[in-house]
Amino acid sequence: MAENSMRSTSMRSTLGRVRHLGSAKEGVHHWWMQRLTALALVPLVLWFVISVASMAGMDHAAASAWIASPAVAITLVLLITATFYHAQLGIQVVIEDYIHNEGLKLAILVMVKFASIILAVAAIFAVLKIAFGG
Amino acid sequence: MSAHNRPLSPHLQVYKPQLTSILSISHRATGIALAVGTLLLVWWLLAAAAGPEAFATAQGFLGSWFGLLILFGFSYALMYHLCNGIRHLFWDAGYGFELETAYNSGWMTVGASVVLTIIAWIIAAAS
Repeated sequence: MAENSMRSTSMRSTLGRVRHLGSAKEGVHHWWMQRLTALALVPLVLWFVISVASMAGMDHAAASAWIASPAVAITLVLLITATFYHAQLGIQVVIEDYIHNEGLKLAILVMVKFASIILAVAAIFAVLKIAFGG
Repeated sequence: MSAHNRPLSPHLQVYKPQLTSILSISHRATGIALAVGTLLLVWWLLAAAAGPEAFATAQGFLGSWFGLLILFGFSYALMYHLCNGIRHLFWDAGYGFELETAYNSGWMTVGASVVLTIIAWIIAAAS
């Protein structure tokens, strides 16, 4: 009886309980990852901008030597990863806000997610190729 | 009531533009621009990996007046999104919601993004 009254205070619907619907405790995952990558990108972006600005107009030898140094290569891979993770999360929200046709929305979301991964992998491959001696 | 007859909030253009709303939509606009701009970063890295000729082509384009114009816009968008992003992180932590503070941090974002962009280009010009 006590158990019954406890159950009757649940805010979940009977059907939802039977179907195991409800919070999967991941509702803030998108929000949290966007903030986490934002925080990481603050120092990474400042470092990148200052670095490339101070080597403006560099030739291939200088650029390769810079990218190949372990600390730079590692930081570049971190920058690329955080950038594309952050970008695709942000673009996803924009698409969900402005595109109301479900089919088109899904198609563009899939395209953006795939493009982000392809670009990130291509950029990381370029860094590693230079770092491991082209 | 059918979904089509529901009352709608007034369209955005009836509101007077304010610093806060302009900065808000600019954050989104620069975010989209920066996402497109990542293509430039990927191209630059792939060119460096491909060899001296491809890299010279990329550097030649970026050093042309059109390339510099893109880089200038890119750098400002990046610094703006970075500064306003920090403003957002303070809000996320629960600080800065008072109207006066929101305006002050807004002007600080405008100022800091301009100053940081100028510093970056001074560094580039001096190198």
